[in-house]
Amino acid sequence: MRTILPVAVVVAAIVAFWYLAAIPMNIHFAVTSAQRAGAEVTPESGAERRNMGAIALAARNPAQWTDSWTQAKPRLPVPHQVVAELWRTTALQHPASKQSLVYHGWVTLSATVVGFAIGTGLGILLAIGIVHSRAMDMSVMPWAIASQTIPILAIAPMIIVVLNSIGVQGLIPKAIISAYLSFFPVVVGMVKGLRSPDAMQFDLLKTYNASRSETFWKLRLPASAPYLFASLKVGIAASLVGAIVGELPTGASRGLGARLLTGSYYGQTVQIWSALFATAILAAALVAIVAGIERATLKRMGLAT
Amino acid sequence: MTQVPVIESKNLDLTFETADGPVAALKDVSLQIGAGEFVSFIGPSGCGKTTFLRCVAALEEPTGGSLTVNGMSPEEARKARAYGYVFQAAGLYPWRTIAKNIRLPLEIMGFSRAEQEERVNRVLELVDLAGFGGKYPWQLSGGMQQRASIARALSFDADILLMDEPFGALDEIVRDHLNEELLKLWARTGKTIGFVTHSIPEAVYLSTKIVVMSPRPGRITDVIESTLPQERPLDIRDTPEFLEIAHRVRDGLRAGHAYD
Ligand SMILES: Nc1ncnc2c1ncn2[C@@H]1O[C@H](COP(=O)(O)OP(=O)(O)OP(=O)(O)O)[C@@H](O)[C@H]1O
Ligand SMILES: [Mg+2]
Repeated sequence: MRTILPVAVVVAAIVAFWYLAAIPMNIHFAVTSAQRAGAEVTPESGAERRNMGAIALAARNPAQWTDSWTQAKPRLPVPHQVVAELWRTTALQHPASKQSLVYHGWVTLSATVVGFAIGTGLGILLAIGIVHSRAMDMSVMPWAIASQTIPILAIAPMIIVVLNSIGVQGLIPKAIISAYLSFFPVVVGMVKGLRSPDAMQFDLLKTYNASRSETFWKLRLPASAPYLFASLKVGIAASLVGAIVGELPTGASRGLGARLLTGSYYGQTVQIWSALFATAILAAALVAIVAGIERATLKRMGLAT
Repeated sequence: MTQVPVIESKNLDLTFETADGPVAALKDVSLQIGAGEFVSFIGPSGCGKTTFLRCVAALEEPTGGSLTVNGMSPEEARKARAYGYVFQAAGLYPWRTIAKNIRLPLEIMGFSRAEQEERVNRVLELVDLAGFGGKYPWQLSGGMQQRASIARALSFDADILLMDEPFGALDEIVRDHLNEELLKLWARTGKTIGFVTHSIPEAVYLSTKIVVMSPRPGRITDVIESTLPQERPLDIRDTPEFLEIAHRVRDGLRAGHAYD
């Protein structure tokens, strides 16, 4: 409870700063529209205003401040506009409508989840291989690292186009990009986790004459659980980024990425920002779900209280 | 000793190849341990006590000489589950309860569920931990954890028990108590025990045979057969007989140090 106050203060400060920042960002348009509507503004010449700094112009036209918070296509929308847009596109729309962020969110979410499942499965399998085979350790790890140095924005269109040319569209290409981003943290975390028991614990199993698979199931795998969950939290967020990036290059009409794209085509800044917020909320929810599963699992294993 | 020795080492050598050159951890170690003996290994740090025990357990490969356990190679003996090994740290799995930790070797060795249950309860009783089976390791004190790890090594009834400074991290009082318990357990089960320690009183109190070692290269400098009776209350440590043996152990340790 004692943390609520500081958190509220920080949030309030951010919101206040945001409103303040929106004034100079949107002031030129606000002043011009006000003048057109017959209001007194300084300076009167449009050319002079264009050459003026935004902060100076805002300082000289305090009457137009509130106008800068209500424009239809502001450079920087303010929080209540974003919240209103979020409300309008979620609660007030049928969830299956193309106007609904719920619909677009679902499209992105399904690709994210499928991609995350593929990436996690692949990551775990690769990690098991790397830990058990020196050859795989030497051969796979460098490629996994190299794969992540290629900018995803460069490789995503290629994946989409190549798959499209063989007739694969929709969810699968996006899920593959998701998997491409999410397998890596899982490989790294899982390799570390599977190697985390100390030499004494391996020696102990050796004195029982335990096989490799018994060592894996009884020691390596349970020991890796905390590492796996840390990776999964990074991985699920990366999956979401992957799914959204996968929606950009094709000019897709569905998904949060598509909302971002169409918003920027038509200068619909409020739509862009509400799509961004929807993405952030979705990411937070996904990470929270993974964290919840983590807590429950580790508790069941006796590793957390 | 008329019977065949349980552990027999002849001119055993082990040299580790390290980046700074070879390290002679064991040099020309010859030793016989008979069935039911309690043998302590004592010596300064780095004299090869752990290494010798690990060779017996087939966790380390000697580079020379011969070593047999129950007449077999250490490797074969391990496969025949000839010994239980207690490491210096308890090394319990944090994600298993005490009972499940003790069950670990039983699962691997393929005991039936009913028998696992029965054995876990029996060894828990043996180390005085009955009723703690459902607890996780972090809920137990260090001494209790160490007892649990001993129970784990006892659970599958190997004839040989190898213990590497099992009580090294415990305070004197707990240590005394566990020493008493260990002696009782040994008397009850008749196991052959190899026990590494840094403590002279502990070695003298527990052992039927004390092996004094010295480092660089690791070798045996003295083997002392104890003349103490089987029955050993804690205050036997004040008897002249006890002190005399302790004295001889100290002399042996000093001799090993003489050159540096
Ligand atoms: N894996 C290894 N690689 C290289 N050298 C080793 C290795 N294990 C042990 N040694 C060396 O072998 C020697 C004997 O080590 P060992 O652990 O047997 O000593 P110890 O008598 O058990 O000592 P302590 O009382 O400190 O436990 C030491 O010099 C040590 O540095
Ligand atoms: Mg040692």
